[in-house]
Formats: sequence, C-alpha cells, structure tokens
Amino acid sequence: METKTIEGIQELKYTAKDFSSNIDVKWCPGCGDYSILAQVQRTSPDFGEKLENIVWVSGIGCSSRFPYYMSTYGFHGIHGRAAALATGVKLANPKLQVWVATGDGDMLSIGGNHFIHACRKNIDIKILLFNNRIYGLTKGQYSPTSEKGKVTKTTPYGSVDFPFNPLRLAAGSGATFVARSMDRDPKHLQEMISRAAKHKGTAFIEVLQNCPIFNDGAYFQLTEKDTKPDNTITLEHDKPLVFGTNKDKGIKLDGLTPVVFNINEGSNSINDCWVHDEFDENPTREFLLSRFTDMPGLPTPLGILRQHLKPTYDADYHEQVQKVKVEKGHGTYDKLMFAASTWEVK
Amino acid sequence: MAKTVQVVEDVTVRFAGDSGDGMQLTGSQFTDTTAIVGNDLSTLPDFPAEIRAPAGSLAGVSGFQLHFSSSDIQTPGDSPDILVAMNPAALKVNLKDMKPNATIIVNTNAFDSKNLKLAKYDSNPLEDGSLSGYQVIPVELAKLTSMALDGLSLSPKEKDKCKNFFALGLMYWMFNRPIEITLNWLETKFKKKPEIMEANQRALKAGFYYGESTEIFTTRYDVKPAKLPSGIYRNVMGNEATALGFVAASVKSGLQLFLGSYPITPASEILQELSKYKDHGVVTFQAEDEISGIVSAIGASFSGSLALTTTSGPGLSLKTEAIGLAVMTELPLVVVDVQRGGPSTGLPTKTEQADLFQAFYGRHGEAPVCVVAAKSPADCFIMSLEASRLALKYMTPVILLTDGYLAFGSEPLNIPKFEDLPDVKAELRTDPEEFHPYLRNENLVRPWAVPGTPGLEHRIGGLEKKDVYGGISYEPENHEIMINYRKAKIEKIVNDIPDIVVEGDQSGELLLLSWGSTYGAIREGIRGAARLGYKSSHAHLNYLNPFPKNLKEVLSNFKKVLVPELNLGQLATIIRSTYLLEVLQYNKVQGQPFKVAEIEKKIIDVLGGNNGN
Repeated sequence: METKTIEGIQELKYTAKDFSSNIDVKWCPGCGDYSILAQVQRTSPDFGEKLENIVWVSGIGCSSRFPYYMSTYGFHGIHGRAAALATGVKLANPKLQVWVATGDGDMLSIGGNHFIHACRKNIDIKILLFNNRIYGLTKGQYSPTSEKGKVTKTTPYGSVDFPFNPLRLAAGSGATFVARSMDRDPKHLQEMISRAAKHKGTAFIEVLQNCPIFNDGAYFQLTEKDTKPDNTITLEHDKPLVFGTNKDKGIKLDGLTPVVFNINEGSNSINDCWVHDEFDENPTREFLLSRFTDMPGLPTPLGILRQHLKPTYDADYHEQVQKVKVEKGHGTYDKLMFAASTWEVK
Repeated sequence: MAKTVQVVEDVTVRFAGDSGDGMQLTGSQFTDTTAIVGNDLSTLPDFPAEIRAPAGSLAGVSGFQLHFSSSDIQTPGDSPDILVAMNPAALKVNLKDMKPNATIIVNTNAFDSKNLKLAKYDSNPLEDGSLSGYQVIPVELAKLTSMALDGLSLSPKEKDKCKNFFALGLMYWMFNRPIEITLNWLETKFKKKPEIMEANQRALKAGFYYGESTEIFTTRYDVKPAKLPSGIYRNVMGNEATALGFVAASVKSGLQLFLGSYPITPASEILQELSKYKDHGVVTFQAEDEISGIVSAIGASFSGSLALTTTSGPGLSLKTEAIGLAVMTELPLVVVDVQRGGPSTGLPTKTEQADLFQAFYGRHGEAPVCVVAAKSPADCFIMSLEASRLALKYMTPVILLTDGYLAFGSEPLNIPKFEDLPDVKAELRTDPEEFHPYLRNENLVRPWAVPGTPGLEHRIGGLEKKDVYGGISYEPENHEIMINYRKAKIEKIVNDIPDIVVEGDQSGELLLLSWGSTYGAIREGIRGAARLGYKSSHAHLNYLNPFPKNLKEVLSNFKKVLVPELNLGQLATIIRSTYLLEVLQYNKVQGQPFKVAEIEKKIIDVLGGNNGN
C-alpha cells in the first residue's frame, strides 16, 4: 500500500497484493477459483473502500474458502447461510461493503431460501456465484445446476431433474444487478466485479467456473477460443446483439421469440438487431436474455443482463430508524420504562 | 337496601367469553386499575389456538384470570372465586376450574337455544339445577347495555360490543375499585371515535351503578393494598419484560440491539415489541426463516451489535447448527427460547419446560453454552439483561429460557434504577498491537474486533481455529486444546453469577429445587404446606449452566431433594449426573402450570413418607 499526500488529503492507493492474506491457497491445481480470486484482488483497489470496511462472507463448499484468502474482514459461515450472514453484517453496519462468495450447491440448494429473500429485499450485498455445476468439496455429486441426464456418483444412470437457471432465479427474485461472466475471461470478469462493486442493492454475478476434477470442461464450448465466438454473446449497453466467429450472427425479436439471423444476408442489416439496454425499466428482455441458455441455438449471454435502482433494504431501514428518532427523540431508559402507566409504592 | 362490605385478603377472578367479546381487554383494564390501587397481582390469559373460532362455540372461548391480594402473591391462582361468563360456552369451559361455591355472573341474554346448542348443553344450566353448588348471579348484560346506550347512533351490533365494559363496571363496583382509570383510558384510546368512547364509558358507568342499585348484589369486597417493597412499579407481561430487558441492555452497553427472528408462538410478541423501539435504534430483522433469524444475528454480532434471536422449541431445533457456529466463532449472542408443549408442533399455545436438555445438549460436537432462565414475568426483564451481560463478557451464546406461561402472564415490575441494572458492557478491541483473534484474556475470552476497525482485519468461521492466531487448524492436539478452552470458558462464568439462595431453613428434611416458571406455584405451595405443619425449604435456579458454585453444598444439607418440573425430569437428570446425588422427581406434562395445591399435596406426601410420583 502506498500513501500519497495530495494537498493535505491523504489518499490510499492499494494494490492487488494488499488484498491477499498471504496464506497458502488450497484449491485443486487448475481450479477456476484461482482466477476468480485473482480478478477480485486485482479490482479491489478500485472499489473506493478502505480495506477495513470490506467484509467477505461465505457458506460451505470449495468456493466458500474464499474469505480466508482475502486480507479484509471475513466470515466463513455454515452451509447455505451466506446470504443470511451477510444480511446481518450489512444491516448491523450499513457502512460496510459486503461480498458473498458462494457456489451452486451452497446458494441454490441448501441456501435457496436465503438467496431469494436477499434478492427480494434488495439488501446491498454483492453475490459471486461460482457455478461449476457439481458438488466438488463432497467429491462429485450432481448439483441443482447440473444438466438433466448428468451422470455423477449419486446419479449413476443420469439425473432426472431439471436444473435451476441461476440468472432467471435471481432476476425473478428481484435482484437489481444480474450478470454473468467466466473464470476463463479475466478481463470480462474484472469488469463485472467492478461494476457490481459500484451497484447499490443486491448484485448477482454468475461466474461459470471450471472444476478440473469432477466436472472438467463443463463450459469449454463457451470458454475455448475456437468455440467461444459461436456459443457466447457479450452484452454491451446500447450495442446490437451480434456474435459469431465472423461477427455476422445477429439476434432479433420475433414477437417475444429471439431469432438468430445472418446480418449480411439479403435485405438483413445490423440495424435489425435487438439493441441491449442494460438499464431497461421493463424486465421482460432481461427474462428473455436469462432464458437464452434454455433455448437451443442461442448463444450464452455474458455481461450485465440488467441493472436498475431500487431502494435498498438496509438504507430504507436505517432511514426509518432516523425518522422515528427525530419524531420521538432518542430513546432513554426512563422513556422506555415509564411509557406505560406506573404507580409508586412508598 | 344496605350493602355490606367484606374485607378479604385475596381473590381470583376469571373473565370468560367469546374471542370477540373483548375479554383480554376487560381483564387488562381490571389489572391496571387493580395495580394502581396497590394490590399485588398476577394474571394469566387463556386464549384459544384458533384465531376466530365460530362465535358461541366451545373452541372460541377466551379467558383472562387475575389473582390479586393484600399480601405478596406469586401465581395467577389455582381456581377462581368469581367467574364472569359472557355465554354458555364460556360457562361450560370454565366451570370445572371454579372453587366450590364460587360466584358466577352470567350474561343471561346469551343463554338462548342457539348458544346453548353451540355449547353442547342439552338443557339450560341456569334452569336445570346443575349449578346448585355455586352462587349464580344472572344479569341481562346485553339488554342492560343496550338500554344504557339508548339514544346513541350506533348499530345494535356496535352497542352489543360494549357489554364487556358493563361487566367490567359491575366488577369494579363489586371490588370497590375506582372507574376513573378506565374512563381515562377510553378517552385516550377512542379520541378519534367519540361515539365509541361515549358508548363504552356509559356502559362502564351503567355496570357500576347497576351493582349499587340492584338488589341481587348484597355484598361488596374490599382487598386492601399490599405491602410491596417501595419503588415505582409498572405491570408487565413476560414477553414484554423480555423485550424491555434487551432494550435496557442496549442502553446500558451503548451497543445497537439487533434482533433476527421469525414469528413463532409463543415468542412472537418479543419481535413485535422490539420492532417498536426504533427510537432506541433497535434493528429488528423479520427473517425468512428461523435459521436466517439466528444467522443474521451472528452476522450482526460479528459487526458489533448486541445480537439476539428469539424463538420457541421447534425454532431452537432449527437454530441448533448455527449455535454451534457461534460457539466456534466465540461471538456474543443471546438466544431466547419461549418454551411450549412439544415435541413437534405439540401444544403451541400451552406451556412446558421440556427444552432444558435441548438448551444444554442440543448440538453437534462439544458445544457448551451458558443457560439461564427467568422465574416470573417481571424476572424476564432482569434475566434478559443478565443473558446480555454474560454473552458480551464471555463472548459466547447464552440461551435464555422462558415459557408460554411467563410469556403471557403478568405481574408488577419494580422498575430498577438505571444505575442498579446489571453491568452490561462490551470491550471492542481497537488496538492493532499484539492483536490475535483467539488470544484469550484471564477469563479465556477472545477479543471482539469488528469490521470497520483498521488494522484488525481477520477471518473467522466454523472450521477449527488455531489457538491464539485463529487460522484454520487441523492439528489433533490443537482441536483438543480449543475444545477444552471453550468448555473452561463457560465454567468460569460460575465466578460471575450469584450463589443460589435457600428460602426457609438452610438445612432439614426436604428441599424443593426448581427452575423457570414453576417458582411461584412452588413458593406458594411450600407456604401452604407449612401452614398445615409440613415444613420444607426452596431453592430456585436462575443460572443453569454453569450451576451456582454452592449448589452441591446446598443440596447436601437436606435429607431429601424434590425437583418439580413441567417435563419428565430433565433438571433432575442433570443434577444426578452432575453431583451423583439422588433426587426425587415431580413431573407434570399437561401444557398447564403446576397448581399451588398440587405442590402442597406433593410436599405433604413426601414428608409423610411417600416418595413416589
């Protein structure tokens, strides 16, 4: 950390290193979690928050070891409860910037209830979901995001249940910042983390993360150079939805159905494309974008599906407290005890 | 006609009617007036589990019992001397509890064929002689109320709703109490509805004057003020007192109070009450479930709040894993369990003491916590402060046990002076010099360093911690060291709690050892037995884990120790295993508190040589 003094104001300049707790990182070699940790540490200096005001909270799972590797305050909780823990930390002290590191089992299975209610309340916490579509720490059982038919230790004949679509769930529950990125796209991931840090309200980033041991290559179609362009689309505000190796595939809306078309064919043009509006007031397109992964032939969207501003639970709560304090005056012991009718015994 | 005034020491009254008849309100008004005229008192509501059972049905009967006296009393009374029954169902449900020859005031207007049928009466009990063992006073409550409200532009239904105030006025006359306190209350309550205020005030007065003028009432009763310790008093219900205790603990410690809770009978009132105190900066988080209730509180504790979660037995079970987390992370946390009849949904509106084992042992791994219990509605106030004090001083979860009987019962609280409150305080670490998250002080307590404090950034969690430094440690010896530290820390609390006090002779034939809400019935039972020549002593535990230092010695001073409990012998079992000492049990699991007479009889049995249950 460098300390610069400019015109009498002390300015803190952190580097990525300042956010490392310098203990041995114990994820498996090649785990996508290393990249996520590196991107968080690289972007943390730009959050504009003092180190001591940042708290990393987690549940249980490989991803949930995350807080130990950060030099900020950290709380490694119990399975599934990260969102509830983070809610308590934030609501008790709204000045803190609270982050949650969690996985698909931790947040979407055992912790599903806390997740949807945190989104619904729009509590100002930022959730990084490390989605590897498998239970890693317990050594290879299928997860609530595993694709139907997945063969794992607990589904030797293939799973018969349908997976959750995390973005659809987050958006449907009312999260005010909904985004997707990948462990193997460091730059994009950094941008998403930085954007989430600036958002006020429940921010949710699904990070597609590779588990090299139990689900290796789950996302290679999306992450590897030769297949990435045709299988993903990077969302940018005010830009048309165009993808493909030759940047010739556009997406347009036929009613409420997204359709892929060649922008260079016949009378088609780039002007026919759906133009992404990150700040859309209407959530309909956000839902459509979240469903791309459920529709064959459509690319997986990366980027911010939508962000919008809504009062946060913590800010509204404390505003109400202040209002009552102004109306009633600060509480004292005497006010508390003598509010009811009393009588004196001599 | 001349009316006689009879001085009596102590009276138990029960108001009973349909859930819509306003019996709780009538009861609480009678209570307020009784408190202000200086009687000692204890109350207990009895409301149906159904929110609005069909009108006139047996399931819909709501009752409120008040015991008041010119001497010191501890219970709402075993069996009422007077019943006010607003309809046949109320009569039927309550008659079995009445004293022989009790006075029963009935609203005769409600004894029509429809209501008799709803109450499953084959014939009218007012006419068939079945009440010959009681003093029945028939009053046309509904008709008289309606006549008193003649001229007011209210609907007949609205007028009928005032009949509880007519009954209240009548009771005020009967017990020689002033009506002004209720008149003033109505004035404030219905400021914006002057017609309703006027109607209720008129009904109250009419009831009072009816007693004075009609010939059916020949006697008034006078209960003189009780000689209570000097001080300023207010009446409190147990859940209310619990809430007030935590706000007071917040004021005393200067810490923000944070409650994470999920509504559950019979604990919800604590959440409701605390959500009012925003002027005290209290944060109440109505969580999505019981687990989130406690986990959010643990998060708030990490952030530096005085953290609290409130629940009942089933909720405590759901919170079990998280209590383990608070034990491991050694964060201050108070868990209030307002016990109810279990297991499972059990008897949600009834009382029981069957969560003691759960509080002591209900966790995975070696996870000792401090356990304390309140003995009366007013004591909930002090024990909330005590639970907070111990949680903060020892950086540990503390379980405070109350129960449904305490939650809804009420009694006067002698309001302590602020400076006399337990010394609830917190030491927040700010000095980065030589800071280690698990470096313990002389009480084996680790420092509390909260986010926002520069230089103290650290990570905690549920994995075993390295002694002193707090990093993750899988070392075998370290695990054992840490387990022993956590145990020894709880044991050290023994130096910070008062010795147990024996009421009565300090040694002798029989000691009754109790905990929780049975205190009052046992104390009165001991007095009653003593009046009949059977002497015994009483020791009551407010602090359960650890037990007071002198408990073993106290127990050894008596030939027999009897442990009455509203469970199948949980404290008795713990006493046996802790001290290798035989104790006698007296158990009741009916969802009801002990009656004074039951305790009295048990003492006589035991002293008479019969030790059996």
